[in-house]
Amino acid sequence: MMDEGTELSLTIAQIVQRLKATNLHSQIERQAKECLHRPEIQLESLKEDVRNFLKASGWERKLQNAVYRELHVNWEKRILKSLNSMCTELGVPLARKRPAVEQKELTNKWNEMGTDEPDLSRFRPVYAPKDFLEVLISLRNPNHDSSEEASAKSHWGLIQVPLHDRDIPQMREAYSELSLTTGQLGIDDHTHVPPDLFESEHILIGKKVVNEQDSAAAQQYSRQGCPTGLRADLWALVLNSTNEPEDVMHYEQLKAGVIHHDLLVDNLIYKDVKLTASNDDYYFVFEDFLYQVLLCFSRDTAVLEHFSYNSATPPKSYIQGKVGVEEFAVVYPPNGVIPFHGFSMYVAPLCFLYNEPSKLYSVFREMYVRYFFRLHSVSSSTSGIVSLCLQFERLLQTHLPQLFYHLREIGAQPLRIAFKWMVRAFSGYLSTDQLLLLWDRILGYDSLEIVAVLAAAVFAFRAENLMEVTSLTSAEAVLADLSTLKVMPLIQIFLFATVI
Amino acid sequence: MSKNKTAGYKGPHGYQKRKEGDGRSCVRYKCGLTNTIQDVLRQRPGWMEVKDDGEWDFNWCDVGWLRENFDHSYMEEHVRICHFRNHYELTRKNLMVKNLKRYRKTLEREAGRIEAAKCDFFPRTFELPSEYHLFVEEFKRSPGSTWIMKPVARSQGKGIFLFQKLKDIMDWKKDGSRSEEQRDETQVESYVAQRYIENPYLISGRKFDLRVYVLVTSYIPLKAWLYRDGFARFSSTRFSLTSIDDQYVHLTNVAVQKTAPDYDPEKGCKWQMQQLRRYLTARHGTETIEALFKDVDNIFVRSLQSVQKVIINDKHCFELYGYDILLDQDLKPWLIEVNASPSLTASSQEDYEMKCCLLEDTLHIVDMEGRLTGREKRVGGYDLMWNDGPVYREDVNLETLGSACFTANTHLGCVNDRKKQLRQLLKPFPGKKRI
Repeated sequence: MMDEGTELSLTIAQIVQRLKATNLHSQIERQAKECLHRPEIQLESLKEDVRNFLKASGWERKLQNAVYRELHVNWEKRILKSLNSMCTELGVPLARKRPAVEQKELTNKWNEMGTDEPDLSRFRPVYAPKDFLEVLISLRNPNHDSSEEASAKSHWGLIQVPLHDRDIPQMREAYSELSLTTGQLGIDDHTHVPPDLFESEHILIGKKVVNEQDSAAAQQYSRQGCPTGLRADLWALVLNSTNEPEDVMHYEQLKAGVIHHDLLVDNLIYKDVKLTASNDDYYFVFEDFLYQVLLCFSRDTAVLEHFSYNSATPPKSYIQGKVGVEEFAVVYPPNGVIPFHGFSMYVAPLCFLYNEPSKLYSVFREMYVRYFFRLHSVSSSTSGIVSLCLQFERLLQTHLPQLFYHLREIGAQPLRIAFKWMVRAFSGYLSTDQLLLLWDRILGYDSLEIVAVLAAAVFAFRAENLMEVTSLTSAEAVLADLSTLKVMPLIQIFLFATVI
Repeated sequence: MSKNKTAGYKGPHGYQKRKEGDGRSCVRYKCGLTNTIQDVLRQRPGWMEVKDDGEWDFNWCDVGWLRENFDHSYMEEHVRICHFRNHYELTRKNLMVKNLKRYRKTLEREAGRIEAAKCDFFPRTFELPSEYHLFVEEFKRSPGSTWIMKPVARSQGKGIFLFQKLKDIMDWKKDGSRSEEQRDETQVESYVAQRYIENPYLISGRKFDLRVYVLVTSYIPLKAWLYRDGFARFSSTRFSLTSIDDQYVHLTNVAVQKTAPDYDPEKGCKWQMQQLRRYLTARHGTETIEALFKDVDNIFVRSLQSVQKVIINDKHCFELYGYDILLDQDLKPWLIEVNASPSLTASSQEDYEMKCCLLEDTLHIVDMEGRLTGREKRVGGYDLMWNDGPVYREDVNLETLGSACFTANTHLGCVNDRKKQLRQLLKPFPGKKRI
C-alpha cells in the first residue's frame, strides 16, 4: 500500500528543493544576510549564531511549519491517489447518485444499517496508523546537521524534530489539578474511600455547573473528572455543542445527502466499523449509530472549516477528465477527511453518552475538529501527533533511560508500540470507563498532551516486565492488554511521584 | 449421602452463628457437573473429590440427582448440598407465578393495595391448559397484544414461541368438547402464556435481559446474598415486533443466540453488569438508576418471600439462583424467570473468570472451613441483601436509628474489588499460611 524508506526520503528532498524556490526561503535568506551586521554574530561561530538568531526570531519555526505543511499535502495526495486507484481497480465511482429504489431501501433501513452485509472484501483501508508513523519518522529537520547525531544528548527515538515540549516540572504546574493532594474521579471515587471525602462534594459542584450552563466552569471542572451521571451534559457544555433545531436540521440534511448519494468512502467506513467496533465487546452494540454518524460526517462540508487552522489543505479530486483544472476540483470526500483503519473508534465511546443521533453527531464533530484531527495530520502543534510522539519519547528517555535503551537494543522502539494508542487517543485499548476519564482531562485541559503522558506512564508501569523481554513481539505482548489499567493513578504517579 | 466416619469433628454447632474455628480442614466433595464448578472445587485447598458411593461433606449436584436421592439421604449436620428439595416452587415458571399471585393476594389483604403493588413485577401469566379460560378473558381484553408461550419445565429457550392469535395455541385449549380418549392421547405439555413485554428497553435497537446471581443460604429465616457481577445478554439482531417468528430477535438466552445464523462467537453478546450500569447512569442520571436498582432488589426479596413458607427449609441446603430480569422503556424491571441451575459454562475467558469468582465466593459463604463469624455483610463479591429483614450499608444502632436515610446493602453492577476484601476478611485456609 505505502512505500517506505527511499520514496519518503526522496519526497523530503523534493520538498526542500521546492521550498528553496519559495518566497519564504528568500525571506529567510534575506534575514540571514541582514543579521550578519548584528553584534552577537561572530565570525568564528557564524553558522551557529545565525541559526540561533533565526530560531529566536521565529523564522526557523516558520520554516518548520512550511515543511510540515508540504509533507502533509504530500501525504494527503498519496492517500487520495490510493483511493483513486482503488476506485479505478474496482470500477466503483468515487460518488454515485442512488436510484430511487435504493434510496427508499436505505431510508427504511436507516436505523439498522448494521444488518446489511455488503461485500467489502475488495475494499481495503486506505491506510493504517503504522503507515502514518513511517511518514512521521521520515520527518527530519532539513537543517539538521548529521554531525550532531553523534552527540551524547541525541534523541534515541524515531522522531527527530526539534519541537519544543514540556518536561515534568513544567507539567506538574500545568496539570496541578491532577496532583496527589487533589481529589480525582478515577481514584477518589473508589468504594473504599468514603464519598464525603471528595466524591459527594464533587458531584454537587458538577450539578451546579450543569445548571448554570457555564462552559468555562465545565472545562475547569472536567480536570478532576466528570461523574458518570453528569458527563454527557458537561462535555456538551465544554464543547459548546447544542441540539437546537438548527443542529437537528443540519443533521437531517446530511442524512438526506447519504440517502441520495453513495460515496466510495462509505465502503471504507462500513469496513472499518465491521473490523473494529463491531468486534469490540463493549462497542458492538453501537454499530448502527456508528454508521449514522460517520456516513453523515463524510458529507459535512462544515468540517472543512477546521482546515483553516490545520496545517493541511484538504485532498482534492477532479471531475472525470479534468485533472488539474481547478474549476473542476472538488474536495473528496466532502468533509475533506479520508477515514483510516480504526477511525470509527473516535465515535464509539461517545455512544455511551449520547443516543440521539443528531446530538451524538454534534458532539463527535466538535471533538473531531478540536482534537482528533490533530492525531492524524502532520503539524507542529503541541497537540499534534508529531508533538505527542516526541513528548512520549522524551519522557521515556529522560525518566526511564534504562528501559528505553533496552527496548531500542532489542529492536522494539517504544513508539512503534505506543503510536497506535495515541492515534486513537486510547479508544479501544482502555476499558470504556477509564477511557472516558482520560477524555475528561483532554477536554479539561483542552489538549491531547495527556495522551502522551499516559503512554509513557503505561511503559513505566510495565517496566519490570519489559526489561525482561528480548524481542519486539514479546514487548508487544506485554503491552497488548491495557483493559485492566486505571489511568488516573498511572498518570498521577508518573507526573507527581517520579523522582526528577 | 454421608455417614459419620469423619475424623475430628463431633458435636453440634449453631445453625447460623457458627463459632470461629469450627470447620473442616479436609472437605470431601461430590460434583455432578463438568464445567467451571469442577475447576473451582478442584482448586480449593483441602477439598478432595469422592467418586461413586464415597461419603461426602459437600455435594454440588444437578436437580436430577437431587430428585432421585435427596429423600433417601441422611446428612450429617455439617453436610451441605447446593439445592433445596423443592426449589421448583421458585424456578418452574407456573409454580413461581402461582406462588407470587398467592403472596400478592395475602399482601393485599394484610397490608393494602400499595404494598401489594410492589409485587407487580411479573407480566400477566396463565398456566395452560388449566387456566385457559382465564387466559382467554385477559387475551380478549387486550386486542392486538403479543403473548409468549413457554414450556414450564424446559430451559435455554427451548420450545418458546410468540403468538398474537388464539388459533396458534389451539392445542392448549381446555374445553369439554374433546373426548376422554382424545385428552389422554394428546397429553399436552404444561406451558405458561405470558404477556409479552412489547416495549423493552433497547440499546442501539437491541433487546437485552439481565442475568443476576442470588445466593440463598436459608429460607426460614430468610438469608439472601446478591452478587455484584452479572451481565446483560443482547439479542444479536435488532428488535422489531413485525417479525415475531424470529426467535433470535426476541430471545436473549445465549443458548438460543448461539444457533442464530449470524451468531459470531467472537462477537460476544454480553456486557458486564458494571458496563450496563454505567451506560444507564450516563444516559439517565445517578438518581434514576439508583431507583431502578432498588426496584430490582425488590424483585429478589419479594420473590423469595413468596416461596418462603412453601420451600422445605433445610439447614443443609443452599442455592445459587440465576435471575433473569428484563427492563422496559420506562425503566421498570420485570421478572422473567428464576433458574435453580444457572449455566456455569463459560462463553469466554472473561465469563469464565467471573463465574470462577462467583463460585469461589459461594463456597466462602457456605463456609465449610468455618472461617466466618456469621456477622459479615459482605464476602468477596457478595453483599448480604436480606437477613430476616433488610440489611443496610450503614450500621444501625441507637444513634443512627432516628435517621431516615438508610441505603440497602446491595451493589449490583458496582465495582467488585473482591480480592482485596477477601484478603482482609478471611483467615488463611486451615493448614495454609496467609499469602
